Amino acid sequence: MTIDAVIASAPSASEAIAESHERKAFGFWLYLMSDAIIFALLFATYVVMSADAEGRQTARSLFSLSHVSGETLLLLCSSLTFGFAALAMHSVKRGAVLWWLLVTFALGLGFLAMEIIEFRGMAQVGAGPDRSGFLSAFFALVGTHGLHVAFGLVWILILASQVIIKGLTPPVTSRLFRLGLFWHFLDIVWVGIFSVVYLPGLL
Amino acid sequence: MSDSTTSPTTDNGHGLRSYLTGFKLALILTAIPFVLVATKDLTSLPASAILVVIAVAAVLQILVHLRYFLHLDLSATPRENMMALVFAAILIFIMVGGSFWIMFDLHRRMSI
Repeated sequence: MTIDAVIASAPSASEAIAESHERKAFGFWLYLMSDAIIFALLFATYVVMSADAEGRQTARSLFSLSHVSGETLLLLCSSLTFGFAALAMHSVKRGAVLWWLLVTFALGLGFLAMEIIEFRGMAQVGAGPDRSGFLSAFFALVGTHGLHVAFGLVWILILASQVIIKGLTPPVTSRLFRLGLFWHFLDIVWVGIFSVVYLPGLL
Repeated sequence: MSDSTTSPTTDNGHGLRSYLTGFKLALILTAIPFVLVATKDLTSLPASAILVVIAVAAVLQILVHLRYFLHLDLSATPRENMMALVFAAILIFIMVGGSFWIMFDLHRRMSI
């Protein structure tokens, strides 16, 4: 079921709404691609900075495989639950959309909490971003991703309240669609982070 | 863009099963590298072999996410979106590849 079906009650305006939705989706897609370039360069910086032996030593002593698998699971599950919210949106089930948005929010918050605990633990043993080039690059890359997740969480809350106040109107479903793009994109970046930062760091 | 059949929101084909398939594949592709790293002392695999597995699993998982979560489809996704994706990929290739080329060449020259 497409957005067209949701707005089938107003066939005269439906085409204009669908076109505006497509335009905004494309604009948001362009933003995501530029964000991908930012992350790619942060990855490149990290790889260059982690090439020295001291960086590798630091990584092995600071990273925890179980902690990272917990974060990975939380984020992956939140991608799935956002998918459930999108499915509920397409079948116009307002309660289900809200429920799955809240589950996604809780999982995302859990991820962010784990990341903050990790960062604080590193700062406590003196391994903050000011310690070395390696750690600067690490905090820049992983911190930028964490900041994106934090903004995504705020966005989820805003859209959840819009679903409550306005219902599943075409503008709201259009925004939910773009939030979905953003959320799934963050999960893709995280795949890169654990594959480039954590797993090689723990080898 | 005007063709409604190419809308990124067409979700007739990507129902519950699509998300669940993507989730299962992503879970498997996450578990393989994590288990390899966790058991590296038992299996005594060379680090380079594990790195290759990590890289392959990551690329496959990103493709799985694009296909099953972002519903990217070579025939259904608007052309403009695909062009933007390819353009970003080329830019990333030039900038990341170029940085590595310069920095690791410098590293090699400095350590001779």
